[in-house]
Amino acid sequence: MRSRLSTLFDALLPVLATLAALAVGAVMLLLLKVNPVEAYGALWKGAFGSTNAFAETLVKATPLLLVALGICISFRGDVINIGGEGQMIIGAIMATWIGLIFTDAPGWLVITLALLAGFLGGAIWGGIPGVLKAYFNVNEILSTVMMNAIAVQLMNFLLRGPMIDPSQAELASKIPQTARLIDEFHLARLAPTRLHLGALIAVILAVLVYILLWRTTLGYRIRAVGQNPSASRYAGIKVPRYMVLALLLSGAFAGLAGAVQVYGVNYRMITDGSASGFTGSAGFNGIVAALFGQLHPLWSIPASILFGALLVGANSMQRVVQVPSALITVLNGLVVVFVVSSEIWRVRRQRRRLAAAKEDEAPPTPDQAKVQTEEAGQ
Amino acid sequence: MITELLSTTVLIGILASGIRLATPYLYAAIGETFGQKSGVLNLGVEGQMLLGCFAAFYVALTTGNLWLGLLAAMIVGAAMGLAMAFVTVNLRAQQGISGIGFYLFGLGMSDLLFQRLMGTVETVKGFQRIYIPGLSDIPGIGEIFFNQNILVYGAYLLVPLAWFVLNKTTLGLKIRAVGENPDAADSLGVSVARVRYFTIILGGTLSGIAGASLSIALLNVFQQNMTSGLGFIAVALVYFGAWKPVGVLGGALLFSMVNSLQLWIQVLGIPVPSDIAVMMPYVLTILVLVATVSRVRAPSALTKPFERDD
Repeated sequence: MRSRLSTLFDALLPVLATLAALAVGAVMLLLLKVNPVEAYGALWKGAFGSTNAFAETLVKATPLLLVALGICISFRGDVINIGGEGQMIIGAIMATWIGLIFTDAPGWLVITLALLAGFLGGAIWGGIPGVLKAYFNVNEILSTVMMNAIAVQLMNFLLRGPMIDPSQAELASKIPQTARLIDEFHLARLAPTRLHLGALIAVILAVLVYILLWRTTLGYRIRAVGQNPSASRYAGIKVPRYMVLALLLSGAFAGLAGAVQVYGVNYRMITDGSASGFTGSAGFNGIVAALFGQLHPLWSIPASILFGALLVGANSMQRVVQVPSALITVLNGLVVVFVVSSEIWRVRRQRRRLAAAKEDEAPPTPDQAKVQTEEAGQ
Repeated sequence: MITELLSTTVLIGILASGIRLATPYLYAAIGETFGQKSGVLNLGVEGQMLLGCFAAFYVALTTGNLWLGLLAAMIVGAAMGLAMAFVTVNLRAQQGISGIGFYLFGLGMSDLLFQRLMGTVETVKGFQRIYIPGLSDIPGIGEIFFNQNILVYGAYLLVPLAWFVLNKTTLGLKIRAVGENPDAADSLGVSVARVRYFTIILGGTLSGIAGASLSIALLNVFQQNMTSGLGFIAVALVYFGAWKPVGVLGGALLFSMVNSLQLWIQVLGIPVPSDIAVMMPYVLTILVLVATVSRVRAPSALTKPFERDD
């Protein structure tokens, strides 16, 4: 009973961390002379107040979930992938390119190819830092950050030059965007909302990633390398290979997130010069969602919906009580800090449980041992 | 085209602006070096810098006093460092991830305050170039090194000072011991927690100055997310510089010189796509990391929380 309560408490830790973050947010709102009840009310209504609002929440949650799935894989393999932004961008570029060259092919085929291209693009952009880490000892946090910056410039270059919308190229304004994908290539929508097939794909993939991590040798090895690289090496696992795979797969899911954004929401790529202009910072917020879901693919689903809701709700909060939506970025940051900080209590209880278990099966006392040997002798 | 780039005036211009551009990287990266030397990876530098940028700019704008602005940036940076120290030292939280949390916090907070308190992009008259009689008159050298603002001069002192503290003082010895072997340091009576608090708060303060050097000395404006990855690069420079202040200086100069070259190429109208040019310092950083990192060893206790065996 005690241990079950304890497990429940572990599962509730992220929720408590979020409540703590919201409480800090409430204090900040008071300092900004805004009624927190009103502000959070507007946030709730904006995210869940109507079918359409909830659909928007799911639309926002989709890229978060896809990125989070990748993060589950890499963080489980003890590889920190901060490159979600860049991987999304490269995935989106590759997917968009498919849609712009194969204009005569049937829709289902182009969409399939495009999503695969997105997956591949992200895999390449994640695989490079993976190789650099595994074989050249370059810290992946740094290389993925650099790869983000490179991806942004590559996007800006392509959208201003080789991939620019032909009609924009003739105009003086030269808006850096690609041509719009033809209607046949758009992911199916649940009319009248903007909810698209990508959300379903993401949920199915969540189940697949769960199976990958806990039901396949590949997943087992990735997790083993993450938990104890030297023991894994002794067990004959080629550690560098699984480090590369962890980052590569992680990038692939982020790349897919980028592709899904283009085919499900925007129908073209457009840049304002920054990464977040395209990604909406999903590459970072996906990390937050995955951590919140305790790096579990299935728990990442509700976690992504929560953070999608915060993002959608933030806009309505901005409209109703004039609080800049940047407040949500602050809250996301606090959630991350609180969640990682609260780990200490889980670790402590885990240790206490282990200690208790050890006492239960403590070695027999000398008397008992003597009795046992005598019994055995008879 | 290439001859234009090689003329003396242009070369001096490239070097002088390269030095100016290196300043924010240098402050932030030297601060980060102290943290990492003591075993703490602070990935929140970018957030600390952004809040420093805003604090310096806003205080300078409202009070008209640049020094108060600088002080505000230092206080804000130190406060962020204090929070980071509490989380990573006392609560033993995963350093990389909590750094991301602090980054998001600083990113959102600086944006929130900017929108709430200012709303529009304004400019201040930042720290001006200081003419040093004699030094500034040396042909070439004077133009490059001694026609700069006070924060650049401060950065000149920073590197030897950091080297001296880390290598020639008891404090530096303690910092290195705590980063290499916290258990041994602890058994010799060095407080691991106190040393790490010191280095992380120092790092935050320097990140605050780095932010101020952008918003009230180099660019003299505040915009949302104006550091755009600069803080993360500062962290990379520490690895790049093999945890040595002089190495960090070399990395900062290399990075900013390539950046400066890239800016001048655009100014001179040499036909290289600007986006590709902007990309170059990042590509270069990765290449240099590949070439150097595998040969140097990080502080042994880096990213490992310290816990006494009871």
